[in-house]
Amino acid sequence: MGRVHKNFKVRAPDPRLAIIDERLKNVKRIFVVVSGKGGVGKSLIATTLSLILTKRSHSVGLLDLDFHGPSCHFILGAKGAMPTEEKGIIPPEVHGIKFMSLVYYVGDEPLPLRGTEISDTFTELLAITRWGRVDYLIVDAPPGIGEEVLDVIRLMKRSEFLIVTTPSSLVLKTVSRLTRLLLELKVPILGMVENMRITETKLVEEHAKRFGIKYLGPILFEYNLEKCLGNPKKLLRTKFTHNIKDIAKEIS
Amino acid sequence: MLKSLGSYRKTVIFVHEWALAEAVISTILNVAKEKGAKKITKAEIKIGTLQQIEVDVLTFAFRELVKNTPLEKTEIKLKPEEVYFKCRVCGVRWNFSNATSVLGREKSEAIHFVPDLVHAFIRCPRCGSPDFEVVGGRGIWVEYIKISK
Repeated sequence: MGRVHKNFKVRAPDPRLAIIDERLKNVKRIFVVVSGKGGVGKSLIATTLSLILTKRSHSVGLLDLDFHGPSCHFILGAKGAMPTEEKGIIPPEVHGIKFMSLVYYVGDEPLPLRGTEISDTFTELLAITRWGRVDYLIVDAPPGIGEEVLDVIRLMKRSEFLIVTTPSSLVLKTVSRLTRLLLELKVPILGMVENMRITETKLVEEHAKRFGIKYLGPILFEYNLEKCLGNPKKLLRTKFTHNIKDIAKEIS
Repeated sequence: MLKSLGSYRKTVIFVHEWALAEAVISTILNVAKEKGAKKITKAEIKIGTLQQIEVDVLTFAFRELVKNTPLEKTEIKLKPEEVYFKCRVCGVRWNFSNATSVLGREKSEAIHFVPDLVHAFIRCPRCGSPDFEVVGGRGIWVEYIKISK
């Protein structure tokens, strides 16, 4: 009598999820720049940090996750760049950075996405983008503690978080919520950056201490930073960049 | 190999289909391993028409990628699913086919890579709202696999 083979019909999960780890396997470290609050300088810090690490001969990727308000391309002056297609999508190099953003596809059009659509878009991007060998992948997260931050934690499992705040008690209220969430989820936190400091204050330093997070120092407010947008060479000569260089040394 | 597939359009799309086929194959193999399958007899793959995946090109990618894997003799069935949108404001449902002729090549290529980018390019035909959901035919997924133990 022959062996009886039983046949089973089984369901399978979202196929995109199976390939994401493979796409990120040659990325050594993932730094996610977060805040919870908007307008604190996340994109400028993420982009400048990418430029600094590239200057230090590291292979760097930059992913703009702010689908509603992307801005890293504007800071980089990434005009005319476009991903190439080779068994997926390969981000173009912009000033030596492998830079990925939805801006390549939607330009200046508004992209009104709701929660699940944001999640789907992010999953798709991670599944098709081939980063190759990268020492540091810097992720510029949007404000809030919604889909993007939760999906980074879910899908980019080796992420380390860099929290950005300004020395304002109003901003720190929101930043505290994000910090509590990250601590509760036990994800690695690189530290807290105090951006746009105008006067001497211990507000952020004490705040970081209260949460047991490393205080990574202040970045002084710089009035002419606006004139450096779109011009990385100029941006790299600012005091702002000088301050971020110190932070880069601490975390890389 | 690519040239045998024909047109430039197919060549361009092929590279993306490859990534999708890789993802589907990894998923099937993972599930089969998890369930302790001895053999994977069949897999049904649903292909939403929003992403404009070319079935013959995807078939080619599968044929290449299953070589020397437990899927080499598996029957892989590809089934298209029509795309449907539903407006969240006025409730109208509508389908959307032939994106390239409606939106032009650049925009339809964008949707091909990331289907949800459709929200940047189209509006509800009745009320003009961009707030609609894709109720069917969005991407590519494994409907089921048949295994024997």
